[in-house]
Amino acid sequence: MKELILIIVGSALVNNIILSQFQGLCPFLGVSKKVDTSIGMGGAVIFVITLACIATNLVYAFVLVPLHLEYLQTIAFILVIAALVQFVEMFLKKNVPSLYQALGVFLPLITTNCAVLGAALTNVQKGYSFIFSVANGVGTAVGFTIAIVLLASIRESIEDNDIPLNFQGSPIVLVTSGLMAIAFLGFSGLI
Amino acid sequence: MNKCAERLYNGIIKENPTFVLMLGMCPTLAVTTTAVNGVGMGLSTTAVLVFSNLIISALRKIIPDRVRIPAYIVIVASLVTIVQLLLQAFVPSLYKSLGIYIPLIVVNCIILGRAEAYAAKNGVLESAFDGIGMGLGFTVGLTCIAIVREVIGGGAVFGMELIPEDFRITIFGLAPGAFFVLAVLTALQNACKAPSATNGSAPKSALACGGNCMECRGSSCAANHASLEAVRAQAEEKALAAKKAAQAKAAEMKANKKE
Repeated sequence: MKELILIIVGSALVNNIILSQFQGLCPFLGVSKKVDTSIGMGGAVIFVITLACIATNLVYAFVLVPLHLEYLQTIAFILVIAALVQFVEMFLKKNVPSLYQALGVFLPLITTNCAVLGAALTNVQKGYSFIFSVANGVGTAVGFTIAIVLLASIRESIEDNDIPLNFQGSPIVLVTSGLMAIAFLGFSGLI
Repeated sequence: MNKCAERLYNGIIKENPTFVLMLGMCPTLAVTTTAVNGVGMGLSTTAVLVFSNLIISALRKIIPDRVRIPAYIVIVASLVTIVQLLLQAFVPSLYKSLGIYIPLIVVNCIILGRAEAYAAKNGVLESAFDGIGMGLGFTVGLTCIAIVREVIGGGAVFGMELIPEDFRITIFGLAPGAFFVLAVLTALQNACKAPSATNGSAPKSALACGGNCMECRGSSCAANHASLEAVRAQAEEKALAAKKAAQAKAAEMKANKKE
């Protein structure tokens, strides 16, 4: 139990997927204009990463290892993730329309998001068991959500500020993320 | 040959993936802690890009249009696995320091972007040179950013000591420094009015959606997909009409001959 909590805290705060690993930067910089949409994106990422960690862990343990095909993990994982996202999209559209409306537009974007593949590969590299993999996935995704919602709320409140002309647009967002990254460095002594 | 040189110029300078198109930001920020890592990452990506462009352009008439994206992903993922195994065997130190970012080359949007925008429509030789140009452009971009970060943060580059220990700003070598360097870079581009995806003045791509992958998300992504589909439908219609016209012409010729 203690180890599970350590993994979740570690992947959510200490090794934050965006601010210290730089994975999933595109949605982080692109979908963070409004808090509402960023919460939707965060929800979709939590959903997909958790499912992807479960699926890739099962594929690795029950297909690749028995067949001695561990070196095919990259190909297998990216295909599993792409198929999974398609499947989830169809399933939600048919059975849970309310959830589909909230997360639907974000799902196709997540297929080629490096955070999902990154989490799946980290699980294999560190040799996590099934439960630890899921915990790592949930922690990673929660870390992503924390970072993107924080950035969105900062961006909303600096919208009317007097920013030097050349720093308007992307540069000020990058400076903000840099300052957030400094703040997240403070977590590094936590575990 | 002229066309190949033009491809190289296009990739390294005119449409540089790092400075102008702003693609592949994850590796750009993550592995640029030292210049050696930057060069290594750039060259690995170049290798994957050249061979993926080569194979995709050679197979462009065989791969059915509907399943082209999964087919491209399988090709790219196989090449990345090959590069990963080669690095592990011959340059283990680089393999260790790049770590998880080697398999993540699969999801680098430069590679799928070039496959879709160039290799799927052009000949094998041009596509290979396009891969070399874009890959070298990416390598140059990564190396420049890495040199700035390593000099300011670590005081040394390629083993040469440039700044004494008391005057180094360590944070530039850590995660936040990557964001700051990129922020200053984009601010400079804004100030110089240099072409860049971040101020909307990057050269327009030949794709109907504008090819601006940085901005392609949410509702605009759906709109882009719709416009791509519309162009494809139009092209199909045109091809069909041309086919019909050709058939009619052939029938007419036959009729004329009979007369």
